Amino acid sequence: MTDEFAKHDALVPEAGPKSHAPHPAHALPMFDVDVAAARSALSEVPWEPGASKPDPILVADNVVRRFGGLTAVDVDHVEVQRGVITALIGPNGAGKTTLFNLLTNFDTPDTGSRLFNGQAIDKVPAHKIAGYGMVRTFQLTKALSKMTVIENMKLGATDQRGESLFASVLPVLWRKQENEIESRADELLVHFKMEHMRDQFAGTLSGGQRKLLEMARALMVEPEMVMLDEPMAGVNPALTQSLLGHVTGLRDRGMTVLFVEHDMDMVQEISDWVIVMAEGKIIAEGPPGSIGQNQAVVDAYLGSSHDSALDLGEGS
Amino acid sequence: MDYQAIIESLFRGLIGERFIVFALAAIGLNLHFGYTGLLNFGQAVFMAAGAYGLAMMVATVGPRLNENTGLNMSETTLFWVGVFTAVVVFPILFALVMGIPTLRLRADYLAIVTIAVAEIFRIVARSPRFDWLTGSSDGLTGFSGTFYDLSPFSTTGRYFFNLFTGNQFFLVLVGWTILAIGTTICWLLVRSPWGRVLKAIREDEDAARSLGKNAYSYKMQALILGGMFGAVGGMVRAVGFSVAQPDNFITDVTFFVWVALILGGAGKVFGPLVGAALLYAVLDSSDTVLRQLVENDYIPSSFMSGTQVGQVRFMIVGLGLVLLAAFRPQGIFGNKEEMALDDR
Amino acid sequence: MRSANLTPTVQPAWLRLILGAVVALLGLVALGGPAFAQEDEGGSEGATESIGGTLQTKGEDGEKIFLEGVTFIVLDAGGSEVGTAESDAEGVWRVDLPSSGVYSVELVEATLPEGNALRNPEKNPLEGIEVQPNTNKNTLFPLGEREASDNNTNRVAQLTVDGLKLGLIIAICAIGLSLIYGTTGLTNFAHGEMVTIGAMVAYLFNVTWHLDWLGDWMTSLAFGAVMAVLVTGVLGFAFNEGVWKPLRKRGASLIAALVVSIGFSIFVRYILLYQFGGRAGFYRDFRIGQSIDFGIFTILKKDLFIMVFVTLILVCVGLALQKTRAGKAMRAVADNRDLAESSGIDVEKVIRLVWIIGSALAGLGGVMFGMTENINWEMGFRLLLLMFAGVTLGGLGTAYGALLGSIIAGLFIQLSTLILPGDMKNVGALVALILILLIRPQGLLGRSERIG
Repeated sequence: MTDEFAKHDALVPEAGPKSHAPHPAHALPMFDVDVAAARSALSEVPWEPGASKPDPILVADNVVRRFGGLTAVDVDHVEVQRGVITALIGPNGAGKTTLFNLLTNFDTPDTGSRLFNGQAIDKVPAHKIAGYGMVRTFQLTKALSKMTVIENMKLGATDQRGESLFASVLPVLWRKQENEIESRADELLVHFKMEHMRDQFAGTLSGGQRKLLEMARALMVEPEMVMLDEPMAGVNPALTQSLLGHVTGLRDRGMTVLFVEHDMDMVQEISDWVIVMAEGKIIAEGPPGSIGQNQAVVDAYLGSSHDSALDLGEGS
Repeated sequence: MDYQAIIESLFRGLIGERFIVFALAAIGLNLHFGYTGLLNFGQAVFMAAGAYGLAMMVATVGPRLNENTGLNMSETTLFWVGVFTAVVVFPILFALVMGIPTLRLRADYLAIVTIAVAEIFRIVARSPRFDWLTGSSDGLTGFSGTFYDLSPFSTTGRYFFNLFTGNQFFLVLVGWTILAIGTTICWLLVRSPWGRVLKAIREDEDAARSLGKNAYSYKMQALILGGMFGAVGGMVRAVGFSVAQPDNFITDVTFFVWVALILGGAGKVFGPLVGAALLYAVLDSSDTVLRQLVENDYIPSSFMSGTQVGQVRFMIVGLGLVLLAAFRPQGIFGNKEEMALDDR
Repeated sequence: MRSANLTPTVQPAWLRLILGAVVALLGLVALGGPAFAQEDEGGSEGATESIGGTLQTKGEDGEKIFLEGVTFIVLDAGGSEVGTAESDAEGVWRVDLPSSGVYSVELVEATLPEGNALRNPEKNPLEGIEVQPNTNKNTLFPLGEREASDNNTNRVAQLTVDGLKLGLIIAICAIGLSLIYGTTGLTNFAHGEMVTIGAMVAYLFNVTWHLDWLGDWMTSLAFGAVMAVLVTGVLGFAFNEGVWKPLRKRGASLIAALVVSIGFSIFVRYILLYQFGGRAGFYRDFRIGQSIDFGIFTILKKDLFIMVFVTLILVCVGLALQKTRAGKAMRAVADNRDLAESSGIDVEKVIRLVWIIGSALAGLGGVMFGMTENINWEMGFRLLLLMFAGVTLGGLGTAYGALLGSIIAGLFIQLSTLILPGDMKNVGALVALILILLIRPQGLLGRSERIG
């Protein structure tokens, strides 16, 4: 274990800020992953772009995406370690969201292949990705505003019998499953402290509440890997600690988290590993403490006029 | 002024054949637009599919089949085969043609293609070249006998406060039964997990896909099912007036359905019924009032002639669509939270 | 996702504006009413004399084919127009006459469906028809062999030229549609009505009003076209200010705006029908055209003029988009509205300009379309679908794509008659539209979109 990593690691409590420690909830899936082992295994990984990980859940090779003449993403190789929180950072326009879309098949790369849990997902349509155990959220929150919070939650459950056209007119076929889904959704809402909004239209929630709802809804899928696109963007500071606690809580139940973030404080606080992108390429990888010293990262951020540039002194 | 005629037209508008036809079409459009967010501007084509599916099977295709294959289906058999064609086969075909190219694209492409299909239908149905099939601009007749043979009412008597003849009354009763069944099905559908997925797609397709829902497939299912409701409406129209003509199903007819839907409230189970009743009560009674004003020279003929009265209702519909979409997208009785038009 | 908040409270200023626009439009078309109204009276059921006939030809297997949509003009002995009629689906046409007497009838050859020609072109107009009191006189225009067989024009070359002409007309009309889409995101279904209004304004000056208090030039089609451009430009400005800008200001969703445009389209269309009636009109100028023979194809002089003129206009528009500040701003806004706004472009000003220029071009296109075919209340709506086909083909929102796509659509429509029957040619274009969406939905010059 390197000095920087050890130092940084000591700053981060295992399960996020204690004051917001999540309630234990049966609705949350528990995966059989040794989180502590997964995290410590990262210490063996070299700090270089495209570094291979001991137990990767997601692997991408030669992923290239062009828009017209512009190459938005050009990633030779990237791996995401199972059971840890990985942050994807980079200046504006670095191609983070595009890479996200490519990894979740919401966009098709011009070339490249992706493996999830060892299975090729190149030809898998976006809607089937959830079935593989990978769920994403969006930068602009997609709370379904004219549905209630509980309807939003119930939508997340997979393999619902009542979602087939012919079964839907015969409630007797799906009522029992629906009740199970509903009680699981209610438990999750309690866990996220949103039970009092259960029957409100999602459109009436605040920005941070929508982010929470989106995350809770994604968990209804019972995913192995959660991909969060800027989970903290536009969130009221009072809510950020709670959100962070929930994210680390996911990891501690064995889920893999990959998230895009601008705010370096958040990245330092919760991530186990950081991947830095600039101009469509991965330019650096390493534990959060190592990133601030990386010359390529410094150049990329100083070279861009982005106003929320890294506060590079922090955490190193 | 003949006030009785005005009141009669008001009531016929509220409960009569036209109301039934447009309420059924609007139930279908409600599944398309109100619940799934599909911009279908070709509902009239689905109505035409229903009308022509039946009329062609009984009047042109069926007899030819009998001739060429020696099947010898009776007119009654042909009628029921026609009903099946009208309600199942044609709507599926039309929905596939409209949906396959567009349902993966942004919402307005469906609008363009549905209007294009309506125009294709108009050109083909009116073409003398297909006279043997569609009866060109005169359309087809003589296919509704089997239906009226089932009527228990006397053809000479008047029913329901003298509003309807026996045949009309039979049609209206059957129509209301279909409406009741249709509304119940719709009610069950939209309260089910299936309906929940539709609403999610309406709100945000990508979110639905990220949660594992095959948006394309659900949109196609909604397009087909809503098209079937439209086809039933078109079939009722064809049987009710005993004729299937291309001009009954021009694109402008679609806009009537839209006004009915938005008026009653898109995304509400009873919206189509309320909207169609209101629309036809307003249109039919204002039509009668205007005609009487023109006939009795209260309105000078230099300002408005008899044929121009018919055009006024289209203006009302157009202006209604503008004002509703701009000011009351939630329908005249709706509340703000449930607005179906905004937020996209 | 655009945030939207349609407040249901009626804002009086906006309502006043929309009502003002409507009243202005009604007033405009009301002025045009009388001449058409006269025709209506001429066509009332009280007339006891009429001229008519049935236009038919034989198909390849000798079956009867009735020709629909062919226009006949009846002139009295003094050469002034008594009325016009269009043949219906059974080929039947009839014009009611004010009194008995001697009349002549002209079949407007341009309205004959593709591939049909008069057997005796020299007997058109048919002159000296005596109509006795209380009779319905029938006339006969025998149709001959297909045109291609009696001269040496090459059918493909001829159709290519015709298609190019149609494509250019679609293009001039569609540029506005594409630019408005590009800058505001609105799929404007009311754009076709601008085309109709343009054609009708020119008709008012050219035929209906006979305003000549400043000289004969006031009744020329050229002056009518100038007025059409002015009126449609002003209307484009008024619609933007009165309807679309308030809607944008209120953050109305694009779907709501699209529905508004459809309602607006049907409303305006039926006002036009109400005022002008359902029949077709023709410009006084260029009614009977001389044609020029180029060997493998012939072309009417007026069509050649249209093609050259529209090409010039399109080149000017292209240069303006490429070279002028305003043009560059338009392309910038169409390309990326937010970026344009943050780099100091006044987006609302650009949108206003796009509405004015786009509408004026559509109005001018309407005059050109009216010159080649006829002027009627739904000409623009019919053309709108072909515009959509062209714009989609080229790539929604790109100005050059609209140009290219429209010309390809025009060529396709005409050349499809090599395979399809003439009355189905628009079906061909619309089917092509559907196929393009299947194969290359972003269009020829469009870029695929990014998500998220």
